[in-house]
Amino acid sequence: MINRLNVASIYVLDKEEALDFYVNKLGLEVGNDVRQGDYRWLTVRVPGNPETEVSLEQPGPPLHDEATAAQLRELITKGALGGLVFTTDDARGLYETLQSRGVTDFTTEPTEHFYGTDMGLRDPFGNPIRILQQGKVPQEASA
Amino acid sequence: MSREVEDLNRRLLRARDAMDRAYAEPLDVRAVAAVAHISEAHFIRTFRAVFGETPHRYLQRRRVERSMFLLRETDRSVTDVCLDVGFTSLGTFSRMFREIVGETPSGYRTGMDRSWRLTASSSRPCGRGSRRGWRLNRAVLEKPPVRQPPSIRTEPDELAQ
Repeated sequence: MINRLNVASIYVLDKEEALDFYVNKLGLEVGNDVRQGDYRWLTVRVPGNPETEVSLEQPGPPLHDEATAAQLRELITKGALGGLVFTTDDARGLYETLQSRGVTDFTTEPTEHFYGTDMGLRDPFGNPIRILQQGKVPQEASA
Repeated sequence: MSREVEDLNRRLLRARDAMDRAYAEPLDVRAVAAVAHISEAHFIRTFRAVFGETPHRYLQRRRVERSMFLLRETDRSVTDVCLDVGFTSLGTFSRMFREIVGETPSGYRTGMDRSWRLTASSSRPCGRGSRRGWRLNRAVLEKPPVRQPPSIRTEPDELAQ
């Protein structure tokens, strides 16, 4: 039986730029950063939650020929590929923190739903990221 | 060349996100094109090439999608929902809705009620019997719909834990 999700991957256009966004802006930490020849195995993870890592993959060899890599890059920048969903204890507080770190690409400001408070943003390349504060929102916190 | 395509896509996506956020406001193509840092005419042409439809059509679909949510989850009248999502004419709203969804807004709402009830009654213990569930459904169709809080539905419970 499978017992946990170890690594999920997303495509980025540039690993260095991705690292800056996911670590310095979003607040994740580096998991693995290992070079094997030309290949850089680069993962990030939620601090305090080392069980699951997100691998940041760049389209290109050895997995893709150049035409396929170009197609993938087009899809990334159209926002057509899959993204990530995180949870937080304080969506509104995080929203302000992200803004103070210079994040501007919000698709949804923190919004109350019956299942919790949800916000959406995009990474520098177009990948969608959702951050959810689960559970009912206290009355005084909802505008 | 590829780099330019990616950069343009990214800017168009940012403009589309801006339309998504302000879907209920009148479409200001010039302002949205400015988000992508391109001219109005170029914006409409490239948006269509990249996303397969004009910005205007995209916005109409977005509004209809939001109206489906409001028809499902709220008791607001069809006219209010029409205005809520940014349509200014009930006729245009109804026509777009029918074109995209395949039925009228009120037909969609009634259909949602019926499928809810069928789901709710079919998940009851067998002893209650299906005939009773059917009569309940008929009653719902013939009387004004009685809304149940969304918490009785399955997905929110899973999310709320």
